[in-house]
Amino acid sequence: MRAVSWTTEVDRGLCMGSGMCAGLAPELYRLDDEGRAAPLRDRITPDERALDAADSCPAAAILVREGGQLIGPRP
Amino acid sequence: MTTTAEHAPLPYPFNEPAGLGLSEAYQEALERPGLLRVRLAYGEPAWLATRYADARLVLGDRRFSREEALRHDEPRQSEGSRDSGILSMDPPGHTRLRTLVAKAFTVHQVEKLRPWVRELTRDLLDGLEALGQPADLVEHYALPIPVAVICRMLGVPEEDRPKFRKWSDAALSTSSLTAEEFLRSREELRAYMAGLIEEHRRRPRPDLMTGLIEARDTGDRLSELELIDLCVGILVAGHETTATQIPNFVHALLDHPDQMALLRERPELVRGAVEELLRFVPLGSGAGFPRYATEDVRVGQTLVRAGEPVLVAVGAANRDALKFDAPGRLDVTRTGVQHLGFGHGVHHCLGAPLARLELQEALGALLTRFPGLRLAGDVEWKSEMLVRGPREMPVGW
Repeated sequence: MRAVSWTTEVDRGLCMGSGMCAGLAPELYRLDDEGRAAPLRDRITPDERALDAADSCPAAAILVREGGQLIGPRP
Repeated sequence: MTTTAEHAPLPYPFNEPAGLGLSEAYQEALERPGLLRVRLAYGEPAWLATRYADARLVLGDRRFSREEALRHDEPRQSEGSRDSGILSMDPPGHTRLRTLVAKAFTVHQVEKLRPWVRELTRDLLDGLEALGQPADLVEHYALPIPVAVICRMLGVPEEDRPKFRKWSDAALSTSSLTAEEFLRSREELRAYMAGLIEEHRRRPRPDLMTGLIEARDTGDRLSELELIDLCVGILVAGHETTATQIPNFVHALLDHPDQMALLRERPELVRGAVEELLRFVPLGSGAGFPRYATEDVRVGQTLVRAGEPVLVAVGAANRDALKFDAPGRLDVTRTGVQHLGFGHGVHHCLGAPLARLELQEALGALLTRFPGLRLAGDVEWKSEMLVRGPREMPVGW
């Protein structure tokens, strides 16, 4: 059973500002004034696109968790 | 005051095919408000974005589509090149293919290759020394590095290089290839790759091609043609640009001896230097892969209407003074250089981490080995290619 919500974060130290996540899932991620990615909200309703963004990030800077468990990037 | 749209479209591309200069036409463009109207050899006229902020908007915003180009007379430099596979797709179709290969190219994964790439550069430099000077840097150094790396990752025999070089050249050519010739070359490359895929099916190996075959055969996550085209795309894109940028970077540094000396003195600068060179060197002769607006979008001072294409001049955007201080100066000590050399948004270069690694290792090793590196003859420039760079570059040391 799925938890009510997921959490997502971007490791700004790893982020290279490719714009991949903001292009793929603009409802979930954006680029800030410094060109680094950030989630619009930490807590999100379960959304496949968050996993896609985590999988696609060239820096593997995006993490998605369900409860405390890491579910993205997928193995 | 008239707007740019009322002028006849300017013939494009602006850059000369020989050398690495940025056309003055771009500077003039920056002095005018809004986007430019341009016309390429084929296809409908397009808007041209030359400012950094505009470029990033067009490349990164979902209201701009690549897929839409398939339904239009896409502006292009040659008659033939139309459907460019994953580069002609939008999310979610694009995401489906991209996620299949993305993990193989993350920073974390490609870093594992660094020791081997370092060895590779060392062996090639030994080979150069054995050959004696002058030696062609392209044939004996710049090309073998990315070819060996992408062949090993993907699972393509390196000794097939002469075969796929010809097809790869045609894929990126803007020359007088007719649409028919272009298609024939593409079919030959597809047939070659289909053969390799069949071999991998019979004998799976620990490489990317085997992984993609599994995704197709057990997961049904892509079609057979998508599988073939993805492998073709990775092979072509995986070596051509890096092989071109290695001599380009050397050329740019030879042009800026103070920066070359600084990099030799402080080899730890190589990572930043590669980013600065990616910014500074305008690789493309022009711009390709137009983005189509799917609704009216304001880009800077221009309202792009739904259904209109926009081209992005990355080389010009990388020299935008609003983004970079003294943009025309090559400065290997710059930090945090957010260039658009790998593009931006969902089509951001898949191989960027790998290209970075190869460029860092190739440049670092070359400068260390040959303190007296110099041009030892005339550079022969590629002509009629989407990317600019030396076809042949004789060097001495």
